[in-house]
Amino acid sequence: MSFAEKLNKGSFVVTSEIGPPKGTEVEKMLEEAEVLRGMVDGFNVTDLQSSVMRLGSLAVCHLLVERGLEPIFQITCRDRNRLALQSDLLSAYVLGIRNVLVLTGDHPILGDHPEAKPVFDLDSVSLLKVASTLGEGEDMKGNKLDGKPEFLLGAVVNPGADPLELQLMKMEKKIEVGAKFFQTQAIYDLRKFEEFMKKVEKYKVPILGGIVLLKSAGMAKYMNEKVAGVSVPERYIKMMAEAKKKERPRISIQIGAELIKGIKQLCQGVHIMPLGWERYVPRLLEASGLA
Amino acid sequence: MLVMQVKPEEEILSRVWGRRVFIFECFGCREVHFPEEKIETLVEKFKEKVIGKLSCDYLCRREFVQDYINEYCQEIERAEIILIFSCGVGTQVVSSLLEDKIVYTACDTLYLNGFQGLTVQDFNCNQCGECYLNYTGGICPLTNCPKGLLNGPCGGAKNGKCEVNPEADCAWELIYNRLKKQGRLNLLKRVFPPRNYQKIITESLLRKGV
Ligand code: SF4
Ligand code: SF4
Repeated sequence: MSFAEKLNKGSFVVTSEIGPPKGTEVEKMLEEAEVLRGMVDGFNVTDLQSSVMRLGSLAVCHLLVERGLEPIFQITCRDRNRLALQSDLLSAYVLGIRNVLVLTGDHPILGDHPEAKPVFDLDSVSLLKVASTLGEGEDMKGNKLDGKPEFLLGAVVNPGADPLELQLMKMEKKIEVGAKFFQTQAIYDLRKFEEFMKKVEKYKVPILGGIVLLKSAGMAKYMNEKVAGVSVPERYIKMMAEAKKKERPRISIQIGAELIKGIKQLCQGVHIMPLGWERYVPRLLEASGLA
Repeated sequence: MLVMQVKPEEEILSRVWGRRVFIFECFGCREVHFPEEKIETLVEKFKEKVIGKLSCDYLCRREFVQDYINEYCQEIERAEIILIFSCGVGTQVVSSLLEDKIVYTACDTLYLNGFQGLTVQDFNCNQCGECYLNYTGGICPLTNCPKGLLNGPCGGAKNGKCEVNPEADCAWELIYNRLKKQGRLNLLKRVFPPRNYQKIITESLLRKGV
């Protein structure tokens, strides 16, 4: 069953994330995806994540399609103007891609080509709208298309954002222009996530709670300090700090499984962002009762 | 040179209609291209509602404007709407000094070439040609948000600081806070279409050689 079908049926879905390599060696990345075959319903492929130049999301999504794995094409507004974005959406469709996740994208200044021109010709809301319009058979200027790309469109939301009201206003706009599912920023605080879910229930749109495995106490502290809307509770930081290096993955999986079990009670899916720890995802899913 | 265009008449009239208006009109750069006559005819249409008008030089100079505001404080207090005829910088200055007031710009700024930097201190205008200040509480999303977003924050701000420049406040949080204070958060619900770059590109294409 496809990702879209599962979502529509209301089943619990699991997605994971793939980061294309910096270069052309794709074997390792594809092996990592292969390990998760049958365990996840979709693979998000990041679009020059953190503004670091690397292999493109479009090509990698296509490689997954060829292997019978279902990709979720991440597309950001950072690098392409409205012509290129629309054209890439058409390209994605003819390459067999059916799910698209639209994001604003990080600013180039945060990546490895800080001198680059930041494009942001469209933003996440206007790009979603454009993608919806293409799906109806017209480009954003109203010109007719010969064959239309009908995607399942998704977007992101940050349940920990402050002020949350502002975040929800943007979320509403995204729904208004065609977002059919949401993936969230990493969740560590289930109580806060529950409050968030209460607020967004009324939208009746599937939410996939974000999971990032903690690698160390240092990483947790870093995220608390730097990453928007993320607050790792002291308890988890302590668990990671007390674990010996070799023990860390086990503890991290234990934390992740606890979160996933909690999330499962609250929303329609989880989105796992392994950030280099792909090899632990199967164990995480097992520990969470999802495999 | 400075080139400004008065926004479409219907748009301005719909904003001021039936409300007490105080007008700021800036003549700082009028030698160049200021649609004076057009403004006059326009203001004529709602003149009985105009409770005060201030014409001055260089609305972009905060200290001066503060003095003017003190001088006209009673009229400004009574006004339901402050209408500005100036470039984007002037509007931002007045908005920042009258945070509780509804400040509307009546102009789109196309060019500030040559003038920019003369007196400007705290605010900037990118001459986008379709001024958004009326929807953002007088805070320019193009010069304050490094991504120039029109539909709300990118989600990268941490503790109110911009993901791109942690020294600066996230422009969209500032916009949110100001509109919230004014009870006008509904302005943020609107889905903005992408910018029209023809507004600026055409101008540069029409430019004569230097
Ligand atoms: S929105 Fe900003 S850049 Fe555009 S005219 Fe207004 S002040 Fe200038
Ligand atoms: S953090 Fe705020 S100001 Fe900075 S780029 Fe994002 S939306 Fe713009």
